[in-house]
Amino acid sequence: MLDISGIKRLQFDVLVIGAGGAGLSAAIAASQEEDIRVGLVCKSLLGKAHTVMAEGGMAAALANVDERDDWKIHFRDTMRGGKMLNNWKMAEIHARNAPERVRELEHWGAVFDRTRDGLINQRNFGGHRYPRLAHVGDRTGLEMIRTLQDHGIHQGIDIQMECTALDILKDESGKVSGIVCMYRETGEFIIFETKSLIFATGGAGKSWEVTSNSWEYTGDGYGMAYEAGAELIDMEFNQFHPTGMVWPPSVKGILVTEGVRGEGGILKNSEGKRFMFDYIPEKFANETADTEEEAARWLEGDKTARRPPELLTRDVVARAINTEVKAGRGSEHGGAYLDIATQRSAEDIKKKLPSMYHQFKVLAELDITKQPMEVGPTCHYFMGGIKVEAETSMTTVEGLFACGEAAGGMHGANRLGGNSLSDLLVFGNLSGVEAAKYSRKIKGMPKVDDKDIKRIIQSATSILNREKGNNPYLIHEDLQKNMQYNVGIIRTKNEIVDGISKIDKMKGEFKEVKAAGSSQFNPGWHEALALRNLLISSEAVAKSALLREESRGAHTREDFPDENKNWLEYNIINRKGKDGKMETIKEKRGNADPELKRIANASIEELEIEVKIDHEKIMPKV
Amino acid sequence: MSLRNFKIYRGDDERGELVSYQCEVSEGMVVLDVIHRIQADQANDLACRWNCKAGKCGSCSIEINGKPRLGCMTRMNEFEEDQTLTITPLKSFPVIRDIVTDVSWNYKQNEEITPFSPSEEDKKKGFVMMQKDVERVQEFRKCIECNLCQNMCHVIRDNEGKENFSGPRYMARLASLEMHPMDRADRIGDIKDKHGSGMCNITRCCTEVCPEGIQITDDAIIPLKERVVDRYYDPVMMLFRKIFSKKERDKTKSKVSSFLKMFF
Repeated sequence: MLDISGIKRLQFDVLVIGAGGAGLSAAIAASQEEDIRVGLVCKSLLGKAHTVMAEGGMAAALANVDERDDWKIHFRDTMRGGKMLNNWKMAEIHARNAPERVRELEHWGAVFDRTRDGLINQRNFGGHRYPRLAHVGDRTGLEMIRTLQDHGIHQGIDIQMECTALDILKDESGKVSGIVCMYRETGEFIIFETKSLIFATGGAGKSWEVTSNSWEYTGDGYGMAYEAGAELIDMEFNQFHPTGMVWPPSVKGILVTEGVRGEGGILKNSEGKRFMFDYIPEKFANETADTEEEAARWLEGDKTARRPPELLTRDVVARAINTEVKAGRGSEHGGAYLDIATQRSAEDIKKKLPSMYHQFKVLAELDITKQPMEVGPTCHYFMGGIKVEAETSMTTVEGLFACGEAAGGMHGANRLGGNSLSDLLVFGNLSGVEAAKYSRKIKGMPKVDDKDIKRIIQSATSILNREKGNNPYLIHEDLQKNMQYNVGIIRTKNEIVDGISKIDKMKGEFKEVKAAGSSQFNPGWHEALALRNLLISSEAVAKSALLREESRGAHTREDFPDENKNWLEYNIINRKGKDGKMETIKEKRGNADPELKRIANASIEELEIEVKIDHEKIMPKV
Repeated sequence: MSLRNFKIYRGDDERGELVSYQCEVSEGMVVLDVIHRIQADQANDLACRWNCKAGKCGSCSIEINGKPRLGCMTRMNEFEEDQTLTITPLKSFPVIRDIVTDVSWNYKQNEEITPFSPSEEDKKKGFVMMQKDVERVQEFRKCIECNLCQNMCHVIRDNEGKENFSGPRYMARLASLEMHPMDRADRIGDIKDKHGSGMCNITRCCTEVCPEGIQITDDAIIPLKERVVDRYYDPVMMLFRKIFSKKERDKTKSKVSSFLKMFF
């Protein structure tokens, strides 16, 4: 019988899993509450989470560059970008609170690029009406994570690095009581007893072959929450970023910031045609330039000109590139040409997009100030995730909270660029405050069950102890191929059904997975442990994609090419059924606040007049 | 495609050896790709740290033929086809396993630094800072904390140095705080005593290995040393001011101060 008496145990009031932008924000917020012990667990070293890869900026209606901006317009943009499927309340909380959170980050030491008046500068991005993204060149994510890290280490937070979470513990009443983790360096297990848990575990982008995500993005939060009985929402909405690198093969998928297009970059096909003019959806036709001449005026700052079509939402641009390539008009290595060289001076490019310049120079031996880049869609972000209550970030499991990419709802069917970093700050903060409040109400540490601990540890070590078995790397590769081809950007029933049956088969292979070597810093073992969560995430994606018989935002069904009004009434939920199998069900959406509905559906002209009146009320004209 | 030869350190801090591997290398591959390929096909338990694979997170720091580099930003076509690549862990830090080192010492240095401290009044008013005034600070904030400079710094390579010097990475961090227009803390005493600015004798090894091209020595360490000198060794500066006229001073100042900085 397994003896667990020697395993270290630590106690917390709030424990955060994940130390990217959301996790750090949550831990900092919780640590500000009196007498709340906060722990923070990260799978990598502190400061290395995928937030560092965010480039373009964080969206907040600061109105530093265009005084017409307001939370209402940001909210409207977000809802329209999300094809109205966003959780209304979350989108409102996000748009209202983003400016304050960005300013707070500045007070903690972030050094944003400045306007001529010395304020935080803001740049244009897809789907945002005005220049709205606070940024630092093209390394905004690095600035964000470093600022949170340098501020966070002085807040009395207990930080556990290179530590992988395995599964949630609950007490008899079904509320969270702890989590079993494993130090990657030594392979030793550790038990964290905690009154509440915040999952800031990111997405599961590693389910696809072409992805901008690093090894960490294996859906650990989705898998663990699902196993603990939480619900997953909107999992069919997976954002494929239109511009990932396509050449050379070893860097395929690495992100090319939308900032390139924000700074004026244009997309061309092999015939030299600027094709995005052919893909303007009717809904956005009023707000998009229809000639190159108008697009050029917009770039020069003419406020009467409409935005260039390259800055349409990500789902639209990704599909357009995909269509061009399929029609035989792709670039040399199967993408599209992204050209900034003819639009901006070399000096400007190096100043505004220094890491893109560096990235292409080193990895592709290409000078972006002289030549166009080759780009194509890459899996980037999960709009869906663990279902949470908008006002508290609590999931359907008592004491379990989720924020950032791990949580679903805020972005609906498609996320706008720049809304992720601000989401991390806003909902990281909110979940930290709410989890601390919840924990304060719980008297005494909820009991963990030793039987559960033993079960979790045994299932992890059995991977090492098996005489022989399947190679985890190969199963992962198969899964990635399967998702890429069967549940990719363009989906159809037959392929998804095939995809699901392949996932079923892989679930069988996973039961006999074997990692060679010891438990100490063993990547094969880590890969095997992540596989369960990747499989759960992928199954949820595929089953939801099959059920949603329409095309909306990032979810495109070839067999149902249009948006279907009826489907706007429903979210898709995945949860573990009583028989241990995944249940995928339609759930009617709650009624929207009529005021929010009005703002989201208002015409831009109406809303701009309304906002002007609002602003004049606050600051009357002298 | 060509079959290339590699030697990779396998073992821990006490025992280990260079193990030979062969790996197919195709166009565009970087050293980190080779490590991953060997890991997937030949050595499932080869320990290696990495994240972003695009030179932005600073996780995959290793030594390639003795030079500190990022595995993800070192292309295979830099090397001759018949050249064997030797891949070893960072020398200045204890090996955990294979090419993964224990870099916790660096995190401790950061904790010792007085954090950013703006005034309540400025926070209330909102920061107004001009681009030209934050550019210097932004240069240091490009740092991806890969620890290559820390590894290369000969003060830190010599283990006793770790007790007396925080290292170039944290000199750059201190400089980013000291030069922040809104910061109100005074760290000059700490820079001299706690962080040991005097330990650096400006050999510029750190600057040479920085993958972000940050001018650590010239833009961070030297200005910090100057601030220390100005406060604590003023008599020397006064003597210097007396000896030389203003014009001559400007001409010789850089020479003299770099001489002084070797000691302070």
